[in-house]
Amino acid sequence: MIESYAAEGAEAGGYGAAAAGGMPNPMHQFEIKRLIPFELFGVDASFTNSALFMVIAGCVITLFTVYAMHSRALVPTRIQSVAELSYSFVANMVRDNVGTDGMKYFPFIFTLFMFVLTLNMLGMLPYSFTVTSHIIVTFALAALIFLGVTVIGFWKHGAGFLKFFVPEGVPVVLLPLLVVIEVISYLTRPISLSVRLFANMMAGHTMLKVFGAFVVALGFLGGWAPLAFMVAFTGLEILVAFLQAYVFAILTCIYLNDALHMHH
Amino acid sequence: MDPSAAKLIGAGLASIALVGAGVGIGTIFGNYLQGALRNPSAAPSQFANLLLGFALAEATGLFGLVVALIILFVF
Repeated sequence: MIESYAAEGAEAGGYGAAAAGGMPNPMHQFEIKRLIPFELFGVDASFTNSALFMVIAGCVITLFTVYAMHSRALVPTRIQSVAELSYSFVANMVRDNVGTDGMKYFPFIFTLFMFVLTLNMLGMLPYSFTVTSHIIVTFALAALIFLGVTVIGFWKHGAGFLKFFVPEGVPVVLLPLLVVIEVISYLTRPISLSVRLFANMMAGHTMLKVFGAFVVALGFLGGWAPLAFMVAFTGLEILVAFLQAYVFAILTCIYLNDALHMHH
Repeated sequence: MDPSAAKLIGAGLASIALVGAGVGIGTIFGNYLQGALRNPSAAPSQFANLLLGFALAEATGLFGLVVALIILFVF
């Protein structure tokens, strides 16, 4: 029964595939392709195009930071300035939002920010694959961040971490309702964190594909109008790629701050 | 009603959530501009909060879009 729903969904999801004069399906770009199929204890552990782009992102970040800093000049060269800029950007973000004792989590936040930023930016290259446009990827990141931050909170404050859900100066009558609301809104943090990044990436890339199809469909005479929009919208998407990486990292810092220093 | 027709209507209705995103984003940027025109020297310090607020407002609208896509492609 589930297979028939999936088939129906794929059929309906092929909007434009059968109708509208053979316009390409904008959802095909999100397809996972197995590049090197292999199985581990019955679980599909193939090396997919998603995994390939994660490896590429890791290599790009490592090569960039190692090469930019290899001369370690006191007066930085151009590329060293870029590496120092990215370091200071994230360091200031961590210091402002978590405090100086939060700086021990700086390597994690820097890795997280650079990884998400590079994955988003790689998706802007034509014919590439946007790893963060899959909910499972963003949910894995967000769920682990949420679990890690909660564990840090309980490790540091013990059972007293539960006082986080009881805000100061609330009349005792309202407490039962308010604590329930606080707990529910805390538990929706990983969902909102992951869906924010996923929805932005998927919606952005779907729109790029749809308007790209319009450019081709309207041909030589009419195609310049959607093309102008495409140029502007691609610029916006590059901004959104950076912004969503920044928001992911800064919300992680804010959640970490909530766990370390429990005031609302 | 034919399920695929209901799907399309449901997706269209779920997209109405993006109105909220538009209103929220406009409010945030409008307030930032108002503040920046009154006190230009304080504007750069709040730029980071502007971007954070924009992303959070956009996110709630996009949750509606995700519901629309789930209706279209999962059911």
